[in-house]
Amino acid sequence: MEFAELIKTPRADNVVLHRPFYLAVEGTLCLTGHHLIFSSRRQDNAEELWLLHSNIDSIEKRFVGSLGTIIIKCKDLRIIQLDIPGMEECLNIASSIEALSTLDSVTLMYPFFYRPMFEIVEDGWRSFLPDQEFELLSSVTDEWRLSCINKEFSVCPSYPPVVIVPKSIDDEALRKVAMFRHGSRFPVLSYYHKKNGMVMMRSSQPLTGTNGRRCKEDEKLINATLRPGKRGYIIDTRSLNVAQQARAKGGGFEQEAHYPQWRRIHKCIERFNILQESLIKLVEACNDQSHNMDRWLSKLEASNWLTHIKEILTAACLAAQCIDREGASVLVHGTEGTDSTLQVTSLAQIILDPRCRTIRGFESLVVREWLQAGHPFQQRCAQSAYSNSKQKWEAPVFLLFLDCVWQILRQFPCSFEFNEQFLIMLFEHTYASQFGTFLGNNENERSKLKLPQKTMSLWSWVNRSEELSKFQNPLFEANSLVIWPSVAPQSLQLWEGVFLRWNRPSKFLDEAHEEMISIIKYNKELQAKVNALRRQLAEMETDDRMQENL
Amino acid sequence: VENVRLLDRLSSRKAALGTLYLTATHVIFVENGSETRKETWVLHSQISSIEKQATTATGCPLLIRCKNFQIMQLVIPQERDCHDVYISLIRLTRPVKYEELYCFSFNPKLDKEEREQGWKLVNLNDEYNRMGIPNNYWQISDVNRDYGVCDSYPTEVYVPKSATAHIIVGSSKFRSRRRFPALSYYCKDNNASICRSSQPLSGFSARCLEDEQMLQAIRKANPGSDFIYVVDTRPKLNAMANRAAGKGYENEDNYSNIKFQFIGIENIHVMRNSLQKMLEVCELKSPSMSDFLWGLENSGWLKHIKAIMDAGIFIAKAVAEEGVSVLVHCSDGWDRTAQVCSVASLLLDPYYRTMKGFMVLIEKDWVSFGHKFNHRYGNLDGDPKEISPVIDQFIECVWQLMEQFPCAFEFNERFLIHIQHHIYSCQFGNFLCNSQKERRELKIQERTYSLWAHLWKNRADYLNPLYRSDHSQTQGTLRPQMAPCNFLYKFWSGMYNRFEKGLHPRQSVTDYLMAVKEETQQLEEELEVLRERLVNLQKSQLTDNKVKSKQQDQSKQLGLSTSNNSLANTPQEYSNDLKSFPSRSPSQGDEEDSALILTQDNLKSSDPDLSANSDQESGVEDLSCRSPSGGGCLPSEDSGKDSDEALFLA
Repeated sequence: MEFAELIKTPRADNVVLHRPFYLAVEGTLCLTGHHLIFSSRRQDNAEELWLLHSNIDSIEKRFVGSLGTIIIKCKDLRIIQLDIPGMEECLNIASSIEALSTLDSVTLMYPFFYRPMFEIVEDGWRSFLPDQEFELLSSVTDEWRLSCINKEFSVCPSYPPVVIVPKSIDDEALRKVAMFRHGSRFPVLSYYHKKNGMVMMRSSQPLTGTNGRRCKEDEKLINATLRPGKRGYIIDTRSLNVAQQARAKGGGFEQEAHYPQWRRIHKCIERFNILQESLIKLVEACNDQSHNMDRWLSKLEASNWLTHIKEILTAACLAAQCIDREGASVLVHGTEGTDSTLQVTSLAQIILDPRCRTIRGFESLVVREWLQAGHPFQQRCAQSAYSNSKQKWEAPVFLLFLDCVWQILRQFPCSFEFNEQFLIMLFEHTYASQFGTFLGNNENERSKLKLPQKTMSLWSWVNRSEELSKFQNPLFEANSLVIWPSVAPQSLQLWEGVFLRWNRPSKFLDEAHEEMISIIKYNKELQAKVNALRRQLAEMETDDRMQENL
Repeated sequence: VENVRLLDRLSSRKAALGTLYLTATHVIFVENGSETRKETWVLHSQISSIEKQATTATGCPLLIRCKNFQIMQLVIPQERDCHDVYISLIRLTRPVKYEELYCFSFNPKLDKEEREQGWKLVNLNDEYNRMGIPNNYWQISDVNRDYGVCDSYPTEVYVPKSATAHIIVGSSKFRSRRRFPALSYYCKDNNASICRSSQPLSGFSARCLEDEQMLQAIRKANPGSDFIYVVDTRPKLNAMANRAAGKGYENEDNYSNIKFQFIGIENIHVMRNSLQKMLEVCELKSPSMSDFLWGLENSGWLKHIKAIMDAGIFIAKAVAEEGVSVLVHCSDGWDRTAQVCSVASLLLDPYYRTMKGFMVLIEKDWVSFGHKFNHRYGNLDGDPKEISPVIDQFIECVWQLMEQFPCAFEFNERFLIHIQHHIYSCQFGNFLCNSQKERRELKIQERTYSLWAHLWKNRADYLNPLYRSDHSQTQGTLRPQMAPCNFLYKFWSGMYNRFEKGLHPRQSVTDYLMAVKEETQQLEEELEVLRERLVNLQKSQLTDNKVKSKQQDQSKQLGLSTSNNSLANTPQEYSNDLKSFPSRSPSQGDEEDSALILTQDNLKSSDPDLSANSDQESGVEDLSCRSPSGGGCLPSEDSGKDSDEALFLA
């Protein structure tokens, strides 16, 4: 297919761009296969706006006489308005944008066409391989092995080719366990807590059904992670009610009788359209232009967004608490084990493992616990808060995870190597990107699409020092401890950096951030100077002494 | 009383056993056992209510609520003891004479001269001079010399030059409690001013020539503008109701060249109830997000804060952008008027955003103009209907501005919290009584100490590390976003949940940056020393003089002394809600036990951590407890009382 066919009017002049907190600018609008480009060549300040079509969530058009207005609402939650003279031009442009922003074939997406303008120092597709992760693990324990049972994605389509499982469980047993778990997602290692050797595993729900089916291998597999005489915890991310209902559909939960060494705790984390609805309501409230203070808090409350944040964080903290304080191993699952399960396991690692609070460690966490673990990014992030599509599989699961990370970052502002911008950047790239990292729903699809060969990895771009400097937290001081966030309502806040990003002036906050950076920079410079002088003095003094000794 | 248990509000299982002491000024709880013997001190004047609850098997619970939002839950084994404590506290917390208040017995061991110096720190005459007054348009008037015209006004009042004593006295007779229009702020760049008064006694039709002349005089004092705004900060309905009582508001027809404007801020009773409702939300044991947000909204607190801010913004805009003078009043002109004038001044003049300037501002708009501190904050036993968090709201407005303009203020959040604390503590004389007249009669300055001197002495603790006097945010007028940015107004947990450390960020950016800046300063000094040594060494090498340097000690390692990262934490009770999510399947009886095990074990393992770490944390953050290293941010004095208030650690 040629993009040109979809572009009826490639260019329009005298277009006026409106954005909140900026003066309206006049300029030229161009449409290309993947971008909407607005450029104003005003003598004083020429500026260009490049918008990926895939970032466009919804588009509205209005006419006043022959002046058309297009309102573009983006997946990153920004809203812009374009005034386009000429009814026909306006209609053409609107319909082109509509077509180009809703292409249904993945291979037509921009990452397949994007040619990087930067030098690639490190291929991000190879930055975080399971083997490296396993090597780290082998240096502290020999109880685990790397299994290639899923090499051709034949056992579990949503798992990566290699997974880490207890050494005592062979592939044959794994195959049986896979039959007993929803979507064949058998329990695999998610995290090993070096401090006490406890582990966190994740899986999908067991297929016990109404007649209480059991699977000896499954029991053996998860028992293999327990120390003799110790108990473990199963954290089911569904309420007991939901879990019980799941039995009617062949799903279910671990029966106490068959898993006597395990205590099951149910936490209630919402899924799918409930989350999407919540996002839509929240964004609506944030964009509300009414002047009434009353409405704001009740709308925030009605969106339930912060309630979801609280629930997810609470479950993650509980998992972390079981591992670190109770000295128990933990198995986490919900239904499919691709959404709330991953929120819990990844957040628990941020709480427990200082490595996950570094930039590289966090990237590795996203790769392991989200991309390789088979979170269906393409389905979940197909649309954002402004779309009316309301598909069941759309849900801001990953955004909720990032929001939770931000909440912890806010409570521990000195314990993270990355800053808020890093999280916002990840949010943007999950919804629209020039990189192939978040395309596809699992490793299987990614390998079929040949993404590593045909597209650029986000990590190749981010991990260059030019980019990294933007994402570094100036306050960072490595903190080797477990960090326990507060989940009280008073401690949780709306993530303004994402949700109010386009509707609040940020100048003063940005200035404060710059001030912070310059204070720390000056301190470091002084430190360097003092150290240099000290060294120089020390050298001179030893020279002195040597002379004296002569 | 021995064997008293101090409960942790967030968790009934965390309780400390200790001894309770009552002194003339404090309630003191000393923990048994632990080496540190943690102490909790609560001033009687901070106590707002004492509640005796039904006796249980473990003893008799006593709930003490404080005006600085601390809550103390005690369980006393013997009902009789509990009753005695209760009765004593009731009496102790309701003094009837000023002389009973703490400031008359409080002695920071300063000599007379130091005390006098302390009171001279803030001088309002200097402040009006700073504004450029007296000048061609404004003068100081001695009409109120012996409080003869208005007993709630200061003796020295600034009025337009053209307002004769006759006009002032005439105008005062037409104003509630004789609070005639007087100058609050003058902008020397454009001659626009903010004046304040009480409501006119206009009823339905009364008028007063002198009052009209007074407003005329205010207008004339600003030759650049041909009208003035008269801002009534009450809701229109309230103002209209006042007319029936012979009071009311200015009739635009009677006054030439005024623009009259209502800005609806609710009265003290509404505000008192609103705070009450918000505190109930803060006190909830483990609220859900919805409980909290709904309760916050329902309290209306943030809406009121925004109303005050909007009024301040309106006035600042009129003065700075339109160059128009404003006369502000409410009913008596000592509550809402004080709030609004001081917010406007703060927005207009960067000086008030400095530490010294902020003290001056409170002294000017609140203390000198007769804000009724004693009545509003219940220092002496009085009418509970007079109590209202008027200045608390102003302090919160400042905090909200600090959140929006992080570089604009010289002081930090802790400064505001300590001022709020001392408005209620009665440890210093500044906020005693209801007017200047009463304070003079009591000879406050000779018998008590000034808070400002105390804060000034410890100013290093109150600095905002992001403040730079040459930063753009510290110049000129602050222009906060007006509606519809409702979301800019946030719940201030640092104030209202101040004693629940567990709820606050575990690492403070402010403290971190303060430490960095301190280190930077040390580095600068060391750099200087090192350079000198280098020069000397070079010289000595030249002259072949071998000086053995023993300065090694000087080049001490400068690690970040207050590195926050050493703090470990303890998990909260994430499993609190285990019970509400029954994890027990019908077949399994002991499931609940396991839930219990989970939390109890956790408690045992985490408790020692808690105390140790909380101390560390609090050293930098906490008003109420002094860390072993002497965190040095105490409001209390060096009188040997290490912790003035509570070590109430969540």
